[in-house]
Amino acid sequence: MSSVVKSKDRAGIDFGRALKDGVIIGIIAFALLGPLVGLKTDQNMANELILQNRLGLAAILSVIVGVGRFLLSAFVYPWIAARGNRSKAAVTLAELEARARVTRGLSITGLIFLFVYPILIISLFGVQGSIKWVDNYGVQILIYVMLGWGLNIVIGLAGLLDLGYVAFYAVGAYSYALLAINFHLSFWVLLPVAGILAAFWGIILGFPVLRLRGDYLAIVTLAFGEIIRLVLINWKDFSGGSAGISSIPKVTMFGIYSFDVSAPNNFAKAFHLAASSAYYKVFLYYLILLLALLTAFITIRLRRLPIGRAWEALREDEVACRSLGINTTNTKLTAFAIGAMFGGFAGSFFAARQGFVSPESFIFMESAVIVAIVVLGGMGSMIGVALAAVAMIGGTELLRELDFLKLVFGKDFNPDQYRMLLFGLAMVIIMVWKPRGFVSARQPTAFLFKRKTVSGDLVKEGHG
Amino acid sequence: MSATDTKPLLTVRGVKTYYGNIIALKGVDIDVHQGEIVTLIGANGAGKSTLMMTICGNPRAREGSIVYDGEDITRLPTHEIARLRIAQSPEGRRIFPRMTVLENLQMGASIDGMEFFDTDIQYMFDLFPRLKERLHQRGGTLSGGEQQMLAIARALMARPKLLMLDEPSLGLAPLIVKQIFDAIRELNRRDGLTVFLVEQNAFHALKLAHRGYVMVNGVITMSGSGRELLENPEVRAAYLEGGAH
Repeated sequence: MSSVVKSKDRAGIDFGRALKDGVIIGIIAFALLGPLVGLKTDQNMANELILQNRLGLAAILSVIVGVGRFLLSAFVYPWIAARGNRSKAAVTLAELEARARVTRGLSITGLIFLFVYPILIISLFGVQGSIKWVDNYGVQILIYVMLGWGLNIVIGLAGLLDLGYVAFYAVGAYSYALLAINFHLSFWVLLPVAGILAAFWGIILGFPVLRLRGDYLAIVTLAFGEIIRLVLINWKDFSGGSAGISSIPKVTMFGIYSFDVSAPNNFAKAFHLAASSAYYKVFLYYLILLLALLTAFITIRLRRLPIGRAWEALREDEVACRSLGINTTNTKLTAFAIGAMFGGFAGSFFAARQGFVSPESFIFMESAVIVAIVVLGGMGSMIGVALAAVAMIGGTELLRELDFLKLVFGKDFNPDQYRMLLFGLAMVIIMVWKPRGFVSARQPTAFLFKRKTVSGDLVKEGHG
Repeated sequence: MSATDTKPLLTVRGVKTYYGNIIALKGVDIDVHQGEIVTLIGANGAGKSTLMMTICGNPRAREGSIVYDGEDITRLPTHEIARLRIAQSPEGRRIFPRMTVLENLQMGASIDGMEFFDTDIQYMFDLFPRLKERLHQRGGTLSGGEQQMLAIARALMARPKLLMLDEPSLGLAPLIVKQIFDAIRELNRRDGLTVFLVEQNAFHALKLAHRGYVMVNGVITMSGSGRELLENPEVRAAYLEGGAH
């Protein structure tokens, strides 16, 4: 360890020291591995105990250890030390603006990519081949991006650890499913209704937990999520119990075109295209993309308004908030309600997309995944949450693609079964490496003098 | 010296505050008049901060009354008390660490919906020029003294009629303490701001204040003008031993 401390003082890379380090560690490794790996006892045909010599293997392993140590000493430790030395305190306006520019550039690039993604996929894989990439990846990931952004309001901005977010997702899904089937209302009418109902349940959850914070809040919200699920399972007359509700109507293109195969105004027929569910998937993709962007837009707007500032202040210090005249009760309830509303939107979309809902879709695991997305992405950061959703949901979907691993591990190997293991591993690694999430820097919402002057060059003149 | 004979802005009468079953304030009477700097001194655990928090409604007084500007505020919730323009800089500063200095100041101005923000922030820069330099820095990265300045400035952004400060000198270098106390004096002289100051640093507080109260074990044991208390042998023995800090 002492070498690590010393290397901190030197700016450059000390290859000599690193080499020495590596050689010493390699020798130690060989001393350990020599007897452990290098000598193996076995039985021969005559049932005699024989000693198998595998010193070559031990040597290879030792070399790997030594090289690893050399790389650590030469590159990784100095890099970590340099990172630690960098001062994070002083931030100038110019730096903040540069950072904001980078964020804006990233967002615009990301947006353009998202909008051309289905076109790109169709041109690459054909209409029928695009279904998997648009639906399993695109739509699936975007649902979680939207859920992550919705929960981000509650956890990331207002700092209220909500482990029962899936309850609002369920409220939205069942609202659409039941109202669409029983009252034959269209998706476009029921989308806001589902949002309002979910927001209403958000307030209902909010009231009893107003006085709770941290762990206690987490437990109560977790219980709330389970209560909703158990009610859905047991109240069979209302929700169909664990069998769920099927044949939920599809979303129509504002009533003009339908995606039902039998409907006269079927989209594919109207445009004389070959019948395929791909068009519906692409339509759903753009729908969830717009819903997610609506969530992002509203969140970004709200952050600049007094209510958004109050959320963030509440996250930082509740007592100070009250002493500044902020009604913390209302602030918390609005956070719960607005967060829940977006959950409800996503839920009704989910029901329309699946055509089937059952309590199985709203287990605690879902809440945990959404919380993980928010925490891993960096609480409060929109881009971070989106990246985390891509990594976690896209990553687990990718596991299904890894069929070639069967050649290595045998026929019974199913990479999908290792989903949770990898999920947990990824969380541990990220929490060690970046304890505040992918994007931990909080973007300030206010810059002084920017309102009056347009360009950055004029900022200096703006000082009064 | 100023108007000690005007009507009291804040009247506390027979206030008893409990933490569970433990009594922290055993019937406290104090008056703060318009335009005064009043200080409350006392040892650790005497109940100074509890009194200040009780005035803010957190914890609530179980008995007694607190009247502010002719209105009984004993039962009002904290945020409504704050909206009556009682600004508080709580113990331990309690700034918002991940928000920038500017955002912290905005939070202070949120009562008025930021109406006077642009003029008021210039005033804060005059009072605490350091804040201007640190404007876009996160609150948590400021030094202790700067955080204290920010806490006071944030409270002032609410345009208070009564400013309550809990131990603004806590953990600060003597030079910074002097700066902060000078700023308080300046606010009082220039704007006639009424200040209620809770302090352990009795020497500085009594020198600054028009009047002072001494609290021991949840009871006010002495009161008088700042100078009287400074010269009082008991006060000297209990709080000023070792002379000027």
